[in-house]
Amino acid sequence: MAGIELTGLSTVYPNGVRAVDDLDLSITDGEFFALLGPSGCGKTTLLRTIAGLEQSSSGTVLIDGADVTRLEAGRRQVAMVFQDYALFPHMTVAENIAYPLRVRRATKQARQEAAVRTSGGLGLGTLLERRPAQLSGGQQQRVALARAIAMEAEVLLLDEPLSNLDARLRLEARTFLKRLQRELGMTTVFVTHDQAEALALADRIAVMSEGRIRQVGSPKEVFQRPRDTFVANFIGSTPMNLLSAIVREGHLEVAGTRLPLPPGVQLTDDTAVTVGIRPEYLRVDGGGEGITGTVSIVENLGVTSLVTLECPDGALVGLTVPEQDEPAVGTTLTAAPEPGRLLLYDGETGVLLGS
Amino acid sequence: MTTRQMLRRTGYVAFMAVVLAFFAVPMLWLASAPFDSDPGIGLRWPDWTLANWETTFNHPYALGSLVNSIVLCVVATAVTTVLATLAAYALSRVRIPGRDALLYVLLLLSSVVTGTAAMVPIFVMMFQLGLINSQYATGLVIAGGMLPAAIFILKDFVDSVPRSYEESARVFGASPTQVLLHVVLPVARPGIATILVWAFVQAWGNFLLPFLLLRDVSQQPAAVLLRTLKDEGGSANLTVIPVFSLLYAVPVVALYLFVSKRYGFRFHGGIKA
Repeated sequence: MAGIELTGLSTVYPNGVRAVDDLDLSITDGEFFALLGPSGCGKTTLLRTIAGLEQSSSGTVLIDGADVTRLEAGRRQVAMVFQDYALFPHMTVAENIAYPLRVRRATKQARQEAAVRTSGGLGLGTLLERRPAQLSGGQQQRVALARAIAMEAEVLLLDEPLSNLDARLRLEARTFLKRLQRELGMTTVFVTHDQAEALALADRIAVMSEGRIRQVGSPKEVFQRPRDTFVANFIGSTPMNLLSAIVREGHLEVAGTRLPLPPGVQLTDDTAVTVGIRPEYLRVDGGGEGITGTVSIVENLGVTSLVTLECPDGALVGLTVPEQDEPAVGTTLTAAPEPGRLLLYDGETGVLLGS
Repeated sequence: MTTRQMLRRTGYVAFMAVVLAFFAVPMLWLASAPFDSDPGIGLRWPDWTLANWETTFNHPYALGSLVNSIVLCVVATAVTTVLATLAAYALSRVRIPGRDALLYVLLLLSSVVTGTAAMVPIFVMMFQLGLINSQYATGLVIAGGMLPAAIFILKDFVDSVPRSYEESARVFGASPTQVLLHVVLPVARPGIATILVWAFVQAWGNFLLPFLLLRDVSQQPAAVLLRTLKDEGGSANLTVIPVFSLLYAVPVVALYLFVSKRYGFRFHGGIKA
């Protein structure tokens, strides 16, 4: 098992696009690591650079302490599962799983044993003679995983592992993947554009945009204290409220009301800031100083409802309330942030203040 | 059913019968004439005999020309299939400027500058190279004429093989040769089979190039020899021609049936079209 160390890594395409831009990242041994970002942010290129399918323009890739930057794919002890699974359609499930051994010219018997051993743990034991076209999406994914495991590599890379499954199966596969990763204890890096997937699966997440890493941290850190407004906006099923505010006499003037500055933040008057507060961290019942507005929209999310308040200055603020406390449209509410949940971002750079 | 409908239906069936007969009569002739004691141009119930076969087998060049045809076609088909497959793979995967333009120009030139138009220069070139009367050289010339179209068709097949298949194999440590042998060729196999049959049929029926380049009767393939099958009086030799025609048709049909059964002219399941 092995950690991955990326230093000053850049991958530039022939057309001049810097898909990965001077990036440093350290992934520890046995970690389940997510590369998260919107499409076109370079996360897949980064994964392919680690796999050796793209050649980096500068910087180094270390796997288990060994420099593999110039090493071909296939000599890096890195296995990969592709987004479309890339199962070979002309081979049976058993042949697919044992393919890494065939490349190494293992005997037929060794290959068959590997196929049986690997497929058993993934619930594919009865499907060995089938062809990929005869399998469901979930089964195909497990065959692709089995093939990657059969390689007995140090590192497992997954490109959008859940994106080709339908919504119901995706949840099952998510739990399955997490359990499998725990059991194998393999350093695993996966790419996703779905923040919920990254939060649910990963031990740590790197949020990427434009070839750079915006924040690395545990799902908790990334969710609770996004380091800039990009991350704040990207993470969370319901988008974080980002409201422009001005500091006046030790208070924040925001959305037509005044809120106290969070403790520990010293700002001079007239500083422009962005207030970030998640809808989940706004309370209606609390009293105290809060944001007041008229309920304009109520969206049912199941256990909770997302309420959109229209403030006097026109700003829209979202908050979630338990289903039984759903307010009527048109009523006036005051929502106060939970202590310590209100974040302040620099008005210009969008970087978290007081971190 | 009204009278009008009945008339329309009768007219339709009568028309189809004439069209079918148009294609069926030559086939029936091919099936009956070889076994008829006095074969003619017309179609009739045969007076059964195998004498025509004996005459044909005793003909000095008939069987030899079929062997020549097979040699010529195997050379032309093998060269076309192997080179077209490799070229199509390279052209499909390597990004070079003007790649598509190159392909279209090749295809255009090969269909505009056909054998007929290039007849004289090809003959002169082969003559100066001393390759007249060489079956292998003629096979190469035929292959050269078929390559652009074969590359063009095969490139489309190879384009539809997802790149992730090859990348996946590479990640598992496969060398470029292994990627080609384990993944690309098997997945593109229906396309290759199509090209193989197409090339064989093209070469089998090619008259002009062997006619020009193989001057010696003992070297000529069946397509060329058929023209010279005449009796002493100079009219068509109807004892040999029916049997010879039947033998001439067999390899193509057999190849088609074999390839269709073994490989199938279609894609494997699992590739999203």
